[in-house]
Amino acid sequence: MNLTLKIWRQKDANSKGQMTDYKVSEISEHMSFLEMMDVLNEQIINKGDEPVAFDHDCREGICGMCSMYINGEAHGPDRGVTTCQLHMRMFKDGDTITIEPWRAAAFPVVKDLVVDRSAFDRIQHAGGYISVNTSGNTQDANSIPIAKEAADTAMDAATCIGCGACVATCKNSSAMLFVGAKVSQYALLPQGQVEAADRVQNMVAQMDLEGFGNCTNTGACEVECPKGISLDNIARMNRELMKASV
Amino acid sequence: MSGFFKSSIGRKVSMALSAFFLMFFLLQHLSINILSVVDPDLFNEVSHFMGTNPVVQFALQPVLIFAVVFHFVMGFILDIKNRKANGSKYAKNNGAANSSWFSRNMVISGITILAFIALHFIDFWFPEINTKFIKGDWSGTMPGVDGFRYHEELVHKFMNPIRVVAYAVAFIFLGLHLAHGFTSAFQSVGAASLRKKLEKVGIAYSVIIPFGFIFIALYHFFNH
Repeated sequence: MNLTLKIWRQKDANSKGQMTDYKVSEISEHMSFLEMMDVLNEQIINKGDEPVAFDHDCREGICGMCSMYINGEAHGPDRGVTTCQLHMRMFKDGDTITIEPWRAAAFPVVKDLVVDRSAFDRIQHAGGYISVNTSGNTQDANSIPIAKEAADTAMDAATCIGCGACVATCKNSSAMLFVGAKVSQYALLPQGQVEAADRVQNMVAQMDLEGFGNCTNTGACEVECPKGISLDNIARMNRELMKASV
Repeated sequence: MSGFFKSSIGRKVSMALSAFFLMFFLLQHLSINILSVVDPDLFNEVSHFMGTNPVVQFALQPVLIFAVVFHFVMGFILDIKNRKANGSKYAKNNGAANSSWFSRNMVISGITILAFIALHFIDFWFPEINTKFIKGDWSGTMPGVDGFRYHEELVHKFMNPIRVVAYAVAFIFLGLHLAHGFTSAFQSVGAASLRKKLEKVGIAYSVIIPFGFIFIALYHFFNH
């Protein structure tokens, strides 16, 4: 496959970026999108230029690092995949592909396609954990009965990898799918009940402080989420916050 | 609780609560207006009751005005905040791949409805307030009309084709607003299961309400 790539290049956080065109050739349809980017970078390095900076780590859809807005969609045109799981067979020979970083005021561009997603870390630090004392007297988890449906729904919420595709996709740059998932994974389990009120209040307060927008329920985040996190988690977070506030 | 309504989620919940009230109002407004087609005398009776009943005039009407103003003001505040949160625009953004046009453009349909409300107030509400509260005439009658004046006034307004077209366009935008807003309101108050169960009801509501009003306007235009 021969492709034309339109890629956002930005030297650093303080520089003004712009879209730059590249031609890339001999791309196999079996390559992942990131492998295609590796081929491009080899070509760029061989010419003595600066390669395109992009986040990546596990390359198997778990770490949530690869964050590219491809042809107008987070993680590209495929569904239920991260960019590393997106295959070049989704494109045609001769295609022009537009590649941009996540766009959100709370996710500032660090360089090229790399954005600073530490806002998510700070939301997690605000309450996305359980303060269980594990100094020798912890109850066996299997002795606490949990309904299968609740356990499954909590597990589904916990599959959120914090990639930020929800924010990138949302027209309001809302982080509510991410925060909803993180609140839900604990709210559904007895271990999470003790700190439930503080958790949701602190995480939502931090989310607002970080400058994310409001959810207008377009449902775009659910469609583009590589892990299929459900909008039900946002509704649950809303209920949890109402419950915590009365 | 005041802290809750200052949060992003609290603001969405308050939008949803005002939306529930407004959606109920639209239903009762259409129910009364449809009487102008099926039974003009009954329409006059009900209109006179609604226009002179102290509970409706001095309790429900102020609540309605507050709900309308609140829904628009909060809608604009949230839209401004969301635009600020959005940062710079994508060079290429395929919004249609993951969401409906009307869900992404509630502010456009909202502004159209706001413009319509201004026209509607000039047409009906301001003259009504003038007659009752400035002239002090609560009789519901007018010279040259036997019985109550409400049906005659309504028919007279819809003799103008430009007004009929303006109303029809506004109601189509209202339908688009409701097509997303109905289920969105349930989602905002945390009722996700109700949102799914009422999806078809929401579609029916967002079609019946606007086309009901359009039908009334067209009926009076072609029959008088």
